Amino acid sequence: MGVEGIGARALRKEDKRFITGKGKYTDDKVLPRMTYAAFVRSPHAHAKITNIDASAALEMPGVEAVLTGHELVADGIGNLICGWMVHSKDGSPMNMGAWRALESEIVRHTGQAVAVVIADTQELARDAADAVNVDYEELPAIVSASAALLDGAPQLHPEAPNNLIFDWEIGDEASTDAAFASASHVTRMEIENNRLVPNPMEPRAAVADYDVAEEHYTLYTTSQNPHVARLVLSAFYNVAPEHKLRVIAPDVGGGFGSKIFIYPEEIVALWASKRVGRPVKWVSDRTEAFLTDAHGRDHKTVAELALDANNKITGFRVKTVANLGAYMSLFSSSVPTYLYATLLSGQYDIPAIHANVKAVYTNTTPVDAYRGAGRPEATFVVERIIETAAREVGMSPVDFRRQNFVRSFPHQTPVIMCYDAGDHDATLDAALKAIDYDGFPARKSEAASRGKLRGMGLSCYIEACGIAPSAAVGSLGAGVGLWESAEVRVNPVGTIEVLTGSHSHGQGHETTFAQLVSERFGVGTETVAIVHGDTDKVQFGMGTYGSRSGAVGMSAIVKALDKVEAKAKRIAAHLMEASEGDIQIEGGVLKVAGTDKKLSFSEIALAAYTAHNLPEGMEPGLKEGAFYDPTNFTFPSGTYACEVEVDPDTGKTEIVNFVAADDFGKIINPMIVEGQVHGGLTQGIGQALLENAAYDENGQLLSASYMDYAMPRADDVPSYQLLTTETLCPGNPLGMKGCGEAGAIGSPPAVINAITDAINNNDLAMPATAERVWRASRGALPQAAE
Amino acid sequence: MTKVAMTLNGKKVTADVEDRTLLVHYIREAQGLTGTHVGCDTSQCGACVVHVNGRAVKSCTMLAAQASNAEVLTVEGLANGAELHPVQAAFREHHGLQCGFCTPGMIMTAVDMIQRHGGNLDEKTIRHELEGNICRCTGYHNIVKAIKAAADQMSALQTAAE
Repeated sequence: MGVEGIGARALRKEDKRFITGKGKYTDDKVLPRMTYAAFVRSPHAHAKITNIDASAALEMPGVEAVLTGHELVADGIGNLICGWMVHSKDGSPMNMGAWRALESEIVRHTGQAVAVVIADTQELARDAADAVNVDYEELPAIVSASAALLDGAPQLHPEAPNNLIFDWEIGDEASTDAAFASASHVTRMEIENNRLVPNPMEPRAAVADYDVAEEHYTLYTTSQNPHVARLVLSAFYNVAPEHKLRVIAPDVGGGFGSKIFIYPEEIVALWASKRVGRPVKWVSDRTEAFLTDAHGRDHKTVAELALDANNKITGFRVKTVANLGAYMSLFSSSVPTYLYATLLSGQYDIPAIHANVKAVYTNTTPVDAYRGAGRPEATFVVERIIETAAREVGMSPVDFRRQNFVRSFPHQTPVIMCYDAGDHDATLDAALKAIDYDGFPARKSEAASRGKLRGMGLSCYIEACGIAPSAAVGSLGAGVGLWESAEVRVNPVGTIEVLTGSHSHGQGHETTFAQLVSERFGVGTETVAIVHGDTDKVQFGMGTYGSRSGAVGMSAIVKALDKVEAKAKRIAAHLMEASEGDIQIEGGVLKVAGTDKKLSFSEIALAAYTAHNLPEGMEPGLKEGAFYDPTNFTFPSGTYACEVEVDPDTGKTEIVNFVAADDFGKIINPMIVEGQVHGGLTQGIGQALLENAAYDENGQLLSASYMDYAMPRADDVPSYQLLTTETLCPGNPLGMKGCGEAGAIGSPPAVINAITDAINNNDLAMPATAERVWRASRGALPQAAE
Repeated sequence: MTKVAMTLNGKKVTADVEDRTLLVHYIREAQGLTGTHVGCDTSQCGACVVHVNGRAVKSCTMLAAQASNAEVLTVEGLANGAELHPVQAAFREHHGLQCGFCTPGMIMTAVDMIQRHGGNLDEKTIRHELEGNICRCTGYHNIVKAIKAAADQMSALQTAAE
């Protein structure tokens, strides 16, 4: 507390309620006469619904209603949509199949909702859901995207022949082919990016309340972007017009992308609350979360890298098949296209790139953005093939990277992105020093003397954050603009409320956003309140994802603060009979430079509201709003270095050291940035070593609980060494780049590069479980480094 | 329905609940203390950890009736009035939480861990002891630091008192 400006390791203002059990999450909300919803879900991955018999459920005392897709359609509730239009390379629009919040004809993934029971208690609702009899006629299911494209594969949607959603390309195919034709070495790899389940610790939840007198709905929900939820619920799902729908996202227990989207359950809860005339609460259990929260990743890629005789990269060719699951989730089409293939240049100067992406329907849970969203997939492809190419041509992976780094900025890549700033040597140098890269051969020999295999892996990532200029994303197919809004309200007593369209679900906005105000006016952070997550309070906002709250959300706050500062200075100049240019703000006081005249910030605020003596023509009050539209993406980058020790007898991998050297541009609160990196690294290491959404051939999700899906636990991961270097982002007022996803983006290839180095076998898929590592390491005996 | 009585955060409470009611639902719904969370269905995540008769227990794992007449402590009962428990303070000081959802269970597990190990907690032991608590935000790094710091502080206070 006190004045805590930019760069301060300010402790979090929001912590007190969380450490004392006073957080207010959606499931904590209890309303009078509240009912509970439980969904009847398909046990089959692909089946025709022939009958739904709810009679037994309806006879149970306390059951208010059993609703199906028939009533939903009759009431005019719209289909779920994908809000980003991607066109195939032949110019045709993507093939989007119909997705209903409650399906009444054909189910296309296990866990899809076919009916909902509304009852007096949660237990009763679940019992009654079990009593709803649904007859299915099973259809053949397909879970592999590559197999789904083959002739004769089961077909999911009539709109998408051969299950193909789009066949998209980026880059210049002819120049890329030419680079390969004249290459002196080509590295080719088949790379899989395993399917993940986001798993925020708070399961999704919704409390819907319809007010019959006002014809008005309130929805409390676990959302990263309540205004986007309101917009989509209104404009596409026809639940209610925007002015008759208030969406509140209170404390939200993590998101990682999975709470961006508006799911069937929230739609149904709202609709059902009007149907039954009582509030409706739905809380996901963990298995429902595994079955219905949008999954992440699931790419299969063939990548080829062309080198000239000097080991300079001349071309990069990538063919990816992206599994989007049974339906197109809200932003699913953008993830394997504009958030993926636009980052395939990595940190490298590559003159020719061509990428082709086929997006495919399968009988699996829909796939959409998960922490990193496309960028981890791109980084994994780039950093695995860079490491592999270096090994193949006998160069040190460090020298090979340096030989090909982008070193002058701005740098236009062949895949849309224009990198604005960075210093890749600086983060590489920092990481190598911190992990004692030069001392690695000695450590490898020492490990070998104990019968252990040591490996070192690097990953030099770049990503694009702060999504993004609205006109740019609009031209690429986005259905929304991606600006952010802010409003700064100075109260008559001088305390300040900042209303933001960003949403905090763990990121610490209540602290970091207050630091901006503290820095600007020299007031204590305890006099600042950050308001977010309520469409009735904040006018509009695009929400938090894509590491955009700093680069975009805070930039909007800075713009609003500029306006407040200008008005406060005008008032101060008027009251102190000085010129505006002579007013300086220091320590919460407005001073006339070179004199002892001064007024406190709270005196100026009071003067603005009493309005007894304001400059001619000035409106009373001290409250300003701003919309900020970015001028470019931002480009965080860095080097991650991972050192592992593998036990060849068991295949068990231990990460003995992990260094992350990141360039995030300007950092507001280093403590919070470090926390973001720790969490991202652990999710990335989870992907590399542990996590996998495993389906059997019939489309049953085998890993649908924490008994089966290996979440990283405390003893699976090390303590981390974090470093930062700084090049400022030239595109926004504070020079920020974003830090929320970097850890998850950069870490998987560092881990796999390290293990493959240790076992001397480059053929290793994620997750690198002990069994896989043991199998891959057979025959690899401990060897001293040369 | 069964009448279940217990001492919850030092106060005697009672409620009529269905026989199958889990302790976590008794605490959250019958008693309105929502600091204890439900994060999974399989007793894996630890968001629901409370103390029953002084020992850390996953409150989704036992029936409310099994806690009849027991002393139950939840995260709401940990602070001494306005004075935070050292573990609570350490979680804030070391940024051991982000979204806050796993935090009550983490803190209750940590208090129990420190009570059992005293000042002998090292990083390896803390990480091993946390196997029943999942956090998706922090990567555990700062949770481990917070627990170590709290253990050291509590051990020093105890030594000073002796």
